[in-house]
Amino acid sequence: MNVLKSRETILFAAILALLMLIATRFPGFVAPTNLLNVWADTSPLMILALGQMVVILTRCIDLSVAANLALTGMVCAMINVAMPGLPVIVIVGAALIMGAALGAVNGLLVWKLSIPPIVVTLGTMTIFRGIIFLISDGQWINAHEMSASFTALPRIQVLGLPLLGWTAVLVALIMGIMMSRTAPGRAFFAVGGNPHAAVYTGIDVGRTQFWAFVISGMLAGLAGYLWIARYAVAYVDIAGGFELDVVAACVIGGISIAGGVGTVVGTILGALFLGLIKNALPVVDISPFWQLAISGAAIIMAVTFNSRTGRTKGRIILKSAEIAQ
Amino acid sequence: MGNLAADASAAHPVLALDGITKTFPGVKALDSVRLHLFPGEVTALIGENGAGKSTVVKTLTGIYQPDSGQILMDGQPVQFPTAQSAADAGVTAIHQETVLFEELSVAENIYIGHAPRGAFKMIDRRKMRDDAARILTSIGAKIDPMVRLKDLGIASRHLVAIARALSIDARVVIMDEPTAALSQKEIEELYELVDHLKAQGKAILFISHKFDEIFRIADRWTVFRDGQFIGEGLMSEVDESDLVRRMVGRSVDQIYPKRAAVIGNEVLKVVGYSHATEFEDINFTLNRGEILGFYGLVGAGRSEFMQSLIGITRPTKGVTRVGGDICVIRSPADAVDAGIVYVPEDRGKQGAILDMPIFQNVTLPSLGRTSKNGFTRMAEEFALARTYTQRLDLRAASLDTPVGSLSGGNQQKVVIAKWLATKPRVIILDEPTKGIDIGSKAAVHDFMSELAAQGLSVIMVSSEIPEIMGMSDRVIVMREGRIAAELSGDALSPETLVRHAAGITAKGEAA
Ligand SMILES: Nc1ncnc2c1ncn2[C@@H]1O[C@H](COP(=O)(O)OP(=O)(O)OP(=O)(O)O)[C@@H](O)[C@H]1O
Ligand SMILES: [Mg+2]
Repeated sequence: MNVLKSRETILFAAILALLMLIATRFPGFVAPTNLLNVWADTSPLMILALGQMVVILTRCIDLSVAANLALTGMVCAMINVAMPGLPVIVIVGAALIMGAALGAVNGLLVWKLSIPPIVVTLGTMTIFRGIIFLISDGQWINAHEMSASFTALPRIQVLGLPLLGWTAVLVALIMGIMMSRTAPGRAFFAVGGNPHAAVYTGIDVGRTQFWAFVISGMLAGLAGYLWIARYAVAYVDIAGGFELDVVAACVIGGISIAGGVGTVVGTILGALFLGLIKNALPVVDISPFWQLAISGAAIIMAVTFNSRTGRTKGRIILKSAEIAQ
Repeated sequence: MGNLAADASAAHPVLALDGITKTFPGVKALDSVRLHLFPGEVTALIGENGAGKSTVVKTLTGIYQPDSGQILMDGQPVQFPTAQSAADAGVTAIHQETVLFEELSVAENIYIGHAPRGAFKMIDRRKMRDDAARILTSIGAKIDPMVRLKDLGIASRHLVAIARALSIDARVVIMDEPTAALSQKEIEELYELVDHLKAQGKAILFISHKFDEIFRIADRWTVFRDGQFIGEGLMSEVDESDLVRRMVGRSVDQIYPKRAAVIGNEVLKVVGYSHATEFEDINFTLNRGEILGFYGLVGAGRSEFMQSLIGITRPTKGVTRVGGDICVIRSPADAVDAGIVYVPEDRGKQGAILDMPIFQNVTLPSLGRTSKNGFTRMAEEFALARTYTQRLDLRAASLDTPVGSLSGGNQQKVVIAKWLATKPRVIILDEPTKGIDIGSKAAVHDFMSELAAQGLSVIMVSSEIPEIMGMSDRVIVMREGRIAAELSGDALSPETLVRHAAGITAKGEAA
């Protein structure tokens, strides 16, 4: 626990240091309004990372989140085009349900057929993208085809923060309470921490993993609507490769790939750190090549740091064998 | 450097620890301890759970680095920065919960890291297999070196770990509770092996909570208490109560505090339980307030049957009645709902979640009781965990620390506490005091008997005859997957138990 807490403090300090560094070259970046925008911009990443966190905690991985986002987003856009009068809140509800259903497909394959999660989600990732192509005929849906209320919702400002940003706050709060204060939350940790022991405790490992995928899928669906509405465009390749950022955010945030260890705060900080690097580097006017190199180096550095502190985790596996005599 | 010799007649120690201190956050696991190991002699290291025994082993094998102090080999200071460097120096250890590779073959497990090489430095698989077979035979293990480790049971895995330690040509062999998973016959073979190693002049460090073993094979003793060195000497100069007093700091008198319990109505009835390969036709009843012992040799199918009873595996036929009603148990969750809980034997793997704090481990199956409106309440969780862990004599800095940082015996107490806290009707304890020190053992037995007196029904699977004799109201003996006998009252004696378990008839012939 202490290690995790200090990890979060270190990550927080790194974020502050990064902000200060940027401020020396571009003071405008750290103005409160801009910071709120950075938060809003990073929201989809935060929301997806929180879903991914639950999946990774149970020793699985969900590589289909970005494809789920794109498919759900496309369907939302098509519904909006077909029925412009439909209240947006209904579309949001549909996005949640559809995302959860796509996640349930992953979950069922992992649970009932015991296929390794990485294989399942690599497969569904391609399938989801394929379906987008089929239903959209490879066509784009552009801003002018969408209704104004559809694209406006995420941008509505409340207390200076767009609703997009508030959604991330809300999701983080709900996830935080679920993970720390409820029995299902505890089950995710138990299943990842020691699946054998979880079985003996009466926790169904497969079912718990299923629910982790459903949560991840549902949040991906939500992010799907938000993304499409915010950028006011939907096409096959939207958010292509974004699943890697999501996994990176989790890893930077201290979620152990070995399962069973991680926190909501860590995940949020991990996503913010990554988001900040991606947002800030273009602003301080660094050449695109350097941008790529720096953001890559930052990920490797963070992950190295992760595996160095994670080494206690590695040792603990040994200890499970050895400490116990 | 002759000044380290413990007495004039003895040789110089091969390996000595001098002033070794090791601290973990919040705990001083070792506080300036000493230890001397002599060639051709067995030194028993004795101490309560958490006394620092395993920490010493890990310091000697390069897994932990001491904060201060010296390790001396042949009187020369040495350092073991890695496990490999300790192995190179000739120090090898058999840990109780072994570190082996599930997916590799037995031979590969034995030789990983130092496999015999042939042409082009390629691993010589045939030689490796033959050497492995030879070592396994030499310790009396009938294990095919080519099977995968995951297909072996705990006892066989343990033998593989022993074979691995012997495959390294060591001068110092450390055994941390080597007999906990072995049957009587295998234990005898282990004793022979130890004698054999002694004859070769190896120095042996032997850690055990069982005094009969210690008196059987050790030449010297060293006692630790709370991370401190208490004393050392020759076995011939002490008796059991001396050692216990040094170890616990007080005398432990009542070892089996069985209370007279009022045995009530039938709680559980098992009829005709069978499994394709593991057990057949198991029938018995269990009454309220009763402690029913299940005795047998390791591998008699007791644990396999229990796992089937609580729904981990499916029996091919058989009926369970709980309180008279037929009860279908398809999963451990069903069993918990029916009030039947199982404390597994392999607690490292099946019991505790090492990264989780102690209190969360304890409350995991009882969250329903500690929650309100679906939200867990920390204060209730702590209270529940405290009640049960205190009764079991758990030694931990705080209930907030991860279980992974506890000593082996204390991890076991957490798992037992976890299941007792569910307030079950029936608790199945598989080797309940394996790896638990003598003082805490009395605490576990005392609590068990108190709960039985309050109406809890207990099934106690144990391979320790004194424990079975001391705690059970009635005993079922299993042999090769079948019930060999049901004994109680005058019929219950150590001799009859052994006879039925080994399948020897009264005239001394094999049945
Ligand atoms: N990695 C660790 N982190 C924190 N504390 C530890 C760690 N390893 C051991 N300890 C603590 O050090 C002390 C000694 O533990 P150790 O495992 O050496 O006991 P032991 O004598 O082997 O006991 P047992 O008979 O139960 O096996 C205990 O208080 C334990 O909690
Ligand atoms: Mg130990």
